[in-house]
Amino acid sequence: MRRRILDISQTVPALHIAPAFSCLEIVDAVYHGLMRRDGPDPDSFILSKGHGAMAQYAVLEELGVMSREDLDSCGKDGGHVGMHPDIGLPGIEASTGSLGHGLPLAVGMALADRTLGATDRMVYCVMSDGELEEGSVWEAMMLAPTLRLDRLIVIVDLNDYQSLGKISEIHPNFYPVAPKVEAFGWEAREVDGHDPGALHAAVATRRGGRPLMVIARTVKGKGVSYMENAPIWHYRSPSPDEYRRALQELEAVS
Amino acid sequence: VRDAFARTVYEIARDDPRVFVVVADISPASAMAPFVRDYPDRFLNAGLAEQAMIGLCAGLAMRGCTAFAYTIATFAIYRPFEQVRDDLCYQNLPVTIVGIGGGTAYSLLGGTHHAQEDVAVMRALPNMAVVAPCDPLEAAAATLACARHRGPAYLRLGKAGEPALTREAPAPFEFGRLRRIRDGRDVCIVSYGPIVKMAFDVAERIEAADGRSVAVVSAHTLKPLDRDGLARILREFETVVVLEDHSERGGLAADAEQIAWQSRAGCALHTFSLRDEFIHVYGSQQDLWRAHGLSVDRICAALGSRAASVR
Repeated sequence: MRRRILDISQTVPALHIAPAFSCLEIVDAVYHGLMRRDGPDPDSFILSKGHGAMAQYAVLEELGVMSREDLDSCGKDGGHVGMHPDIGLPGIEASTGSLGHGLPLAVGMALADRTLGATDRMVYCVMSDGELEEGSVWEAMMLAPTLRLDRLIVIVDLNDYQSLGKISEIHPNFYPVAPKVEAFGWEAREVDGHDPGALHAAVATRRGGRPLMVIARTVKGKGVSYMENAPIWHYRSPSPDEYRRALQELEAVS
Repeated sequence: VRDAFARTVYEIARDDPRVFVVVADISPASAMAPFVRDYPDRFLNAGLAEQAMIGLCAGLAMRGCTAFAYTIATFAIYRPFEQVRDDLCYQNLPVTIVGIGGGTAYSLLGGTHHAQEDVAVMRALPNMAVVAPCDPLEAAAATLACARHRGPAYLRLGKAGEPALTREAPAPFEFGRLRRIRDGRDVCIVSYGPIVKMAFDVAERIEAADGRSVAVVSAHTLKPLDRDGLARILREFETVVVLEDHSERGGLAADAEQIAWQSRAGCALHTFSLRDEFIHVYGSQQDLWRAHGLSVDRICAALGSRAASVR
């Protein structure tokens, strides 16, 4: 799927490739093994870090939810697939792109499920660590345990990078995240965000009774050495030469 | 009007188990009590968390629910503006934002509590409907209309204690249509919200002093605006007055001027809006209005009425 995203980057500028590589295993782990996607009340997935959309698109394409034509049209004249998830696209439940919106939406969905009796329905929300700087996140963070939303699972793609640099340097008191989250009444787990087994286990072994936040340590730009932890790749797409080098690295691994 | 809202939303929730009311630490406590008592799972105080309130209501709507988000107008739309725009309007979800104290209703509380440009701001958003009822009867009808509307709506309410003006209105409330609420032939005053009471006072004064008959029209739905209806009024009356508790920028007065130009209306058009400036005077709402040139006297004077005590 990294290969597919890399290929698309050759026709679309500003693909936000590193944020997608950072959360790819997380999104994949949610769709494969965590989410119940069939039945009358399927689980929900909100990609609150909307700039990681290419990861979600690649997974949805692999699942056959989005078509190859959908992704091929990405960013093209008349195409309906853009750089951020848009409600109404196949498999996309919420329009995101501005940070700090997904968690309140997920809280509302989980509240409706609890109140209306759809008790086994889960809501998954993937956020970025930089996104946790938004005040709206902490408003929703405060609400979710109060509302006893124990079927809400948030996975934070924690790579210590935001657009302009390292979070730990911009906000030296930002980390550690887990105690802050727990102080708000959540259950928190810390795992390797590139390890699907660890992500699955964190959800499967939760104590329950309250919302769960899985803090998933990741590497921004994971899989392509020159993109890893290099802020410039938050946004830009690789040149043809850079594309070839990235391709060689990805092929060497697979 | 807030009690009328609370009564109506109770009735809506009684018939529909998917109706929620979410407040941000502001609620018409006594009027809302039956709702809280009978539907405790569907009433929620989000606390002082307006962004989460709007986002949460969007999430409820994504599950097929109808949600009302209620707090003081300025806090309901300005603080969480991006949630209103992205979560509600961009996704076109059926959530009604109930702004209490629209316009200058909180006259004593200062500029932080004056929603004097709210109609302009909300109308600029695609998909957003804007409804501003003039009295408790219209507030009930407007609440029902917003609940039925299949997209986001901003319900701009006054406060409490507004008199009933439309009990004998010649035309019924119809979402998206101007409503004749007082018959007249010579002058037509088009207005919305609780300031419509001033339009009635003007009408009575002018009829008594000059013998001219004055119609009053409630423009309760500001988006989608009944542009054809407004063009018809501008064509049929010799004199038209627009009166609003809202900034002169982006309100009904600006619409009336544009429609008058486009429809080549030949009437005299007088507009009375708040000036485009923050309000630093205190007093009653009437005092604030007077400071901005909105008073029965000023309107009578503009219409050349013998009833005017100022010229």
